[in-house]
Amino acid sequence: MNINLTLLGQTIAFAIFVWFTMKFVWPPITHAMQERQKKIAEGLDAAGRAQRDLGLAQEKAAQTLRETKEQSAQIIEQANKSATLIVEEAREQARSEGERLIAAAKAEIEQEMNRAKDQLRAQVAALAIKGAEQVLESEVDASAHSELVNKLASQL
Amino acid sequence: MATTSAEYIQHHLQNLTFGKLPAGYERADGSIVEATTWTLARTGTEAADMGFMAFHLDTLGWSIFMGLIFIGLFRFVARRATVDTPGGLQNFVEMIVDFVQGIVKDTFHGRNPLIAPLALTIFVWVFLMNSLKWIPVDYIPGIGMALGLDYFKIVPTTDPNGTFGISIAVFALIIFYSIKIKGVGGFTKELTLTPFNHWALIPFNLFLEVLGLLTKPLSLALRLFGNMYAGEVVFILIALLPFYVQWALNVPWAIFHILVIPLQAFIFMVLTVVYLSAAHEDHH
Repeated sequence: MNINLTLLGQTIAFAIFVWFTMKFVWPPITHAMQERQKKIAEGLDAAGRAQRDLGLAQEKAAQTLRETKEQSAQIIEQANKSATLIVEEAREQARSEGERLIAAAKAEIEQEMNRAKDQLRAQVAALAIKGAEQVLESEVDASAHSELVNKLASQL
Repeated sequence: MATTSAEYIQHHLQNLTFGKLPAGYERADGSIVEATTWTLARTGTEAADMGFMAFHLDTLGWSIFMGLIFIGLFRFVARRATVDTPGGLQNFVEMIVDFVQGIVKDTFHGRNPLIAPLALTIFVWVFLMNSLKWIPVDYIPGIGMALGLDYFKIVPTTDPNGTFGISIAVFALIIFYSIKIKGVGGFTKELTLTPFNHWALIPFNLFLEVLGLLTKPLSLALRLFGNMYAGEVVFILIALLPFYVQWALNVPWAIFHILVIPLQAFIFMVLTVVYLSAAHEDHH
């Protein structure tokens, strides 16, 4: 328990240790800690920004989706409309075409009928004349009686 | 090995002293020193008679060894300190550094790059020196004995030289910064004109302030020494008991030192920072 030179030795050792710590220990460690602190702060900041960006992007995407949906609904509606229109038109066309065809056929039939009638009439007239000739056993002036015959034939 | 309890205790409290014996000194074994020699003290009386011109080899050796452990460990970490994910050891060191930094930031309001490293050194070094107390009291002296050394006291903080050595350095820093920050005039003023600002009370002020100033290193060193020494004595007393009951007292006492050892290191550090902070504060 004597006080002696140990005292000075201890003081010197202490001074050297403090100097060493101040020079070579403290700065690198605190520097690393500070840098990390800065990095973490930056990272958190970036994360916050990214989150905000993400929110914005999500909103934008939702909006775009909404718009697209609306647009597609519109397109579908339009398509439906035009489809009905086309169908309608086609039906109309078909109907008119059919009617036209029917009308044409009818006209043709009429024509044919008329022609047949005319032929028949002519043949009937001839037959009638022939018949009359035979009945009268005389020649009938065809031209003189044609009016009569024709009247008869038209009555058939 | 000493025979009686008193001798055993005295033996364990004696440092390994290397000092100067004057010519004509009669040594413990009766031989006379012919010329002034530097030698190891064989007894406590010899160590005492060496006076100031002596070294406690154990105190110096162990404190330097502990200091080197501190410096080696922290320098090792400092060299490979990474900004990215730190490893376990770096985490541990950073925890201590952060702790010390927090204390210094809270307590010290000036700007001085010395204070925080100083506090860190004190805290870790004193802690390491104190922690030597956990080594059973007979182990290291036993090894020393086997190597032919009569005494070996390993805990440097149970030696007043060890604690005063640090507190004297702190005291020097207090004086240095008092003068540097306040100037010689300012410091003189503080010593003479506070707390009573009247010329007639200058002697009284001076007495009060110088006493207060001297109390600082004294209280630093004596608090640490007292706590550690008392603890060591108790450990030695426990070691006197029969070996089969020692654990019953030894274990609780060692566990109690889990509190005492860091606490004393912490108090030494905090008070140092407080004193140096006061040295930096200019009241005028």
